[in-house]
Amino acid sequence: MAKILMKGNEAVAKAAIEAGCRYFFGYPITPQNEIPEYMSKELPKIGGVYLQAESEVSAINMIYGGAGTGARVMTSSSSPGIALKQEGITYIAGAELPCVIVNMMRGGPGLGGIQPSQADYFMSTRGGGNGDYRTPVFAPASIQEAVDMTMEAFDVADYYRTPVMVVADGMIGQMMEPVEFKAPKKRELPAKDWATTGTKGERKPNIINSLFLDPQELEDHNFKLAEKYAKIEANEVQYEMYKTEDAELVFVAYGTTSRIVKNVVEELRAEGVKAGLIRPKTIWPFPFKAFDEIPAVKNLLTVEMSMGQMLEDVQMASNGRWPVSFYGRVGGMIPTPQGIKGKALEVIGGAK
Amino acid sequence: MAVVFKKTQGLTDAQTHYCPGCTHGIIHRITAEVLEELGVLGETIGVAPVGCAVLAYNYFNCDMHEAAHGRAPAVATGVKRIFPDKVVFTYQGDGDLASIGAAEIVHAAARGEKITTIFVNNAIYGMTGGQMAPTTLPGQKATTAPYGRDVDHCGYPIRVSEMLSTLTGAAFVERVSVNTPANVRKAKAAIKKAFQTQLEGKGFSIVEVLSTCPTNWGLHPLDSLKWLEENMMPYYPLGNFRDPAKEGEVK
Repeated sequence: MAKILMKGNEAVAKAAIEAGCRYFFGYPITPQNEIPEYMSKELPKIGGVYLQAESEVSAINMIYGGAGTGARVMTSSSSPGIALKQEGITYIAGAELPCVIVNMMRGGPGLGGIQPSQADYFMSTRGGGNGDYRTPVFAPASIQEAVDMTMEAFDVADYYRTPVMVVADGMIGQMMEPVEFKAPKKRELPAKDWATTGTKGERKPNIINSLFLDPQELEDHNFKLAEKYAKIEANEVQYEMYKTEDAELVFVAYGTTSRIVKNVVEELRAEGVKAGLIRPKTIWPFPFKAFDEIPAVKNLLTVEMSMGQMLEDVQMASNGRWPVSFYGRVGGMIPTPQGIKGKALEVIGGAK
Repeated sequence: MAVVFKKTQGLTDAQTHYCPGCTHGIIHRITAEVLEELGVLGETIGVAPVGCAVLAYNYFNCDMHEAAHGRAPAVATGVKRIFPDKVVFTYQGDGDLASIGAAEIVHAAARGEKITTIFVNNAIYGMTGGQMAPTTLPGQKATTAPYGRDVDHCGYPIRVSEMLSTLTGAAFVERVSVNTPANVRKAKAAIKKAFQTQLEGKGFSIVEVLSTCPTNWGLHPLDSLKWLEENMMPYYPLGNFRDPAKEGEVK
């Protein structure tokens, strides 16, 4: 299939449809509106349903109901809206239902702003809602990756019976790049025999639920979830190693920021600084093992569009082996190559 | 020997957790009987609330989905939009529906969502131990209104049926009670009409059922029935507010 030029948000929406998603429940918020707009135009043409809910809270609970039927369902929002959706996400995680949630991040806290941000790292990777749970989180750095990851997210969701998040800074949603739509590597997906499809009088009722009043039952349920998350950590982590073989200064960055950092790596290398980049493609599970593959490293430098959130995972990954530094811009201010390079030179002691 | 009475297939054999004298059991039973009589049990998905009826998913003998507090109409919407030919209902109390879930019920009704809501109004939060509800009557005592509901301080109880009946999408709206055998029969008839409204695709349907809470009202079950009649019925008058069969009549 030939590549087509698409805006990130629309490409994500089309990717969901390509992955078999026919039901979308959403609520408007900038900068992700092209996703629901695309869905409202395209889903009715193919027998699907787009429905605008009265709030993000309602939209995610429609997703909860829809996911219970076994259908592939998706919602999207941006940071403050995702915060509202956390109620539903923890129920969906607790009830072990598959769905995909897209977050085109904007600046915070509170109403914040509408420009790109990566300040929802904590909310995305630590569960986000109440209770012990995690959600797999894809972090695309290009429109093509946003497409591929959205499609794969549906498979991961079905495979593990879990909500899966695709988390990008708003720039990914708003810019245009050429993309192609190709099916992800095929997985054997389990039958959805748990779904609320009506008993037809032929089986016992199926019950979708996250309530376990008996403490032992609830502990057992949490143990079962933890086992699932351990499996996801073992099998689903994705990352890119960019010029890290001989790198003494290793950047850690994801999403749009990682693309800016790649330019800085090139500039530094042109000046004789052995720089490289670890780029997490999933931010949960976080690629801790990538940090065992950087034999020449002397310094780690985390770059984010936040005040330092992934930084904590990088510190854990370093585990005291190397100094970890941080450079961040926030509020929709995009880190510049000059700014990042200046910090890099300071870290390696070359600043003049 | 002729069978004169048989427990409905619409309920499981699970023993309910409801307090003695509580009318939830009656409301469960007549809802289940209606689903059985309409022959739709195998095609029904019920949505349980948070509140006294939180464990309803163990009692109704059909596929069930337990919702977050107040969100049952949103969950039911998700199910119904994917399965437009299935029967989808929510079973909600007054705290769940009229307080935290006010937005969800209003917009489900406004959309004309083809679901049925059984709304149990007992004027109090039962499960959490008797706190003030959006339907608690003026002057009525609750654990968070120990001097009685003061309308200057916390406003007036919401008449949900009257409010929803202003929405065009709400095709069937009726308030009933289960305080006497005659009223139980009328309640069941209303619930049947509500589900028929859904089956005929005419829009949103809701039956508000005035119910008792002897435990948190601090009354004997029989005195509770009397209290309901003397205090709730004047504020929450029984009757039909919307019925597709009557649309087109003099307004």
